Amino acid sequence: MRSQLEGSQAVARAVALCRPQVIAAYPISPQTHIVESLSDRVRTGELAGCEYLLVDSEFSAMSACIGASAAGARSYTATSSQGLLFMAEALFNTSGLGLPVVMTLANRAIGAPINIWNDHSDAMAMRDSGWIQLYAESNQEAVDLHVQAFRLAESLSVPVMVCMDGFVLTHAFEEVDLPTQEQVDAFLPPFVPQQLLDPDDPVTIGAMVGPEAFAEVKYLVHATQVAALDEVPAIAADFERAFGRDSGGLLKRYRLEDAETVVVALGSVLGTIEDVVDSLRDDGFRIGVLGITCFRPWPHDEVRAALGDATRVVVVERAFAVGAGGIVGQNVRDATRGLPVVVQDVVAGLGGRPITRTSLRGLFEDVVADRLDASHLHFLDLDVELVQRELARSRARRRSGPHAEHMLRDLGTVASGTPHGGG
Amino acid sequence: MPFQEIKLYQAGTFVAGNRLLDPEQRSVQARTGRSNSLTSGHRACQGCGEALGARYVLDAAMRATDGKLVAVNSTGCLEVFSTPYPESSWQLPWLHSLFGNGPAVASGVAAALRATGRDDSRVVGQAGDGGTVDIGFGALSGMFERNDDVLFVCYDNEGYMNTGVQRSGATPPGAATATTKALGPEPGNVFGQGKFVPLIAMAHEIPYVATATVAELRDLEYKVEKAMSFHGARYLHVFVPCPLGWRAAAADTIKLARLAKESGVFPVFEAEHGEVTEVSRIRRQVPVEEYLRPQGRYAHLFGDPGRPDVVARIQARADRNIARFGLLGEGDE
Repeated sequence: MRSQLEGSQAVARAVALCRPQVIAAYPISPQTHIVESLSDRVRTGELAGCEYLLVDSEFSAMSACIGASAAGARSYTATSSQGLLFMAEALFNTSGLGLPVVMTLANRAIGAPINIWNDHSDAMAMRDSGWIQLYAESNQEAVDLHVQAFRLAESLSVPVMVCMDGFVLTHAFEEVDLPTQEQVDAFLPPFVPQQLLDPDDPVTIGAMVGPEAFAEVKYLVHATQVAALDEVPAIAADFERAFGRDSGGLLKRYRLEDAETVVVALGSVLGTIEDVVDSLRDDGFRIGVLGITCFRPWPHDEVRAALGDATRVVVVERAFAVGAGGIVGQNVRDATRGLPVVVQDVVAGLGGRPITRTSLRGLFEDVVADRLDASHLHFLDLDVELVQRELARSRARRRSGPHAEHMLRDLGTVASGTPHGGG
Repeated sequence: MPFQEIKLYQAGTFVAGNRLLDPEQRSVQARTGRSNSLTSGHRACQGCGEALGARYVLDAAMRATDGKLVAVNSTGCLEVFSTPYPESSWQLPWLHSLFGNGPAVASGVAAALRATGRDDSRVVGQAGDGGTVDIGFGALSGMFERNDDVLFVCYDNEGYMNTGVQRSGATPPGAATATTKALGPEPGNVFGQGKFVPLIAMAHEIPYVATATVAELRDLEYKVEKAMSFHGARYLHVFVPCPLGWRAAAADTIKLARLAKESGVFPVFEAEHGEVTEVSRIRRQVPVEEYLRPQGRYAHLFGDPGRPDVVARIQARADRNIARFGLLGEGDE
């Protein structure tokens, strides 16, 4: 059924259709309307038999999901940003134990400075946690990915994180085609756990493992993720047969035929990038887009095949490894090793800064004309003068004070007072 | 059933021989049908109070639930000595996740049992004092305030014994640990710090809070069975001497637990919905010195010249417990 829905509400409805049995959530750090909406559905009895735990933190939210999943319940939570990092230890534990928890991550920035807006710093910080990471381009895809995520998680006994851009998707109203309960029930069988805390057949879960087998247990976690490289497209194909929609999968290929330049990106920015690429195509540029839907596991071979004919790749990413460079870019460079292709990293849209068509067009024109120095990490729309002025203040005085306040004052964002550091 | 008179025939002890009791009144441990939830062969130290406590707690809980029990364990000695892969001493479904999340994991298990229609199965969470009073405290308080159907058991040996005997929030003043050594003008753990979580648990007004020691194992079994008669959040704080961390003789574990209670150092009581309902009175009061002397962690208090001033402060704390909980009783006989 087609409805005009806020992204969070659409996802809440999709999650409810998947019949979760235990939901544990913490409201802040920050959170979305998803868990509020699910709370309503549990209270009204629409989500019959579901236990909803209002926990004391994200760490407890994921911990409760660990216990619930090990005890045989389909378990779900949602979080964002700082909340995801507060879960960090439990995330690694979930994957190490092989528990099929599903989580929505509304992608938002990580402080300091504190900032509630969208970027991918949270998900990228947890990219090695052993969770499968799927990135939604639209709210429709967010809905579809959740239905697929439960099946994927439970078929492989692996936790799955569905990433959707905070605000850009979670708070945006879009037309969404929600599946019916009958459709979802037919697609997603009841949860049959691989391991179960059962008094009638007791097992020990979470035993200590020494050097004699630790690597082997961890290898299995890796092998499961590698298996997901087959399972993700298989489930997407099944989904298309059942729901008549192409959603999910490993990669999204857009106008890649004969493309010399390929833009690689994840999430909602793909729509904007595709618009810009359309206009460049109209002007005769051979440019295309490769969207990464499945970032973990990393579809190395598929990315390599998709970029095999390109000469230039520009990765537009909403996060970066401080002191090192692009994160997705590093993976793309690894996938294209030995190919005659130059991979550029461009950091864009940090902390909710809009990624505009104008800026992207300018960037892609620079890339196509080989005006971008591939030896540097680039930041789209960076206010270089603002940075230079603050660096000068820091040089002028040892105790120059906090950067963030100076730069906001410099921009006139906060009321001006006597600057700590002097000008 | 009329209560059978018990003959206290063992000189110098307060323990009734099980052989003199009707089978129905024997302890869970004395029954042939005990579950051996934590079975033999594990790697606890000789004289480990925690291993003893956990065995009694879980077997009593198993009996109370007719074997329908799931245990959740925080990281710590109990988890490590019971499960080096691929061996396991656990004969009940058992889950270990992390150090600081035991109470939340237990809440999740309880929720799953309800959601999947297995309400007849119950959950026990267990941790040492570090996993309970320090790193797991937020999750514990959350489990309490939600009144989740979990019995959480803290085996309190007053420090981080698994990792080399460091101070925890449950380490008593004056005790030497790896991070509060007997160095400087105020040797050992400082006064004016630390917390007694049973009282904090009571402040949550949960259905049942109790303390116990491994010196009185019938009392421990009774409290576990009583705890399992309640639904909602329950907390049991068990005092378990640690020969390694306390630098005490392995044979003295029971004696030290008894002296802790008899000196007033550790108050043994029960509380329901935030109110103390029963107190285990001191039978034969002893000065704290009798409890402290056998322990190497207090050796710096009894050297030459010794620190009678510190011993006096510890005595004052015990006296405060005695007054606060009425451990000597009114008009004591």
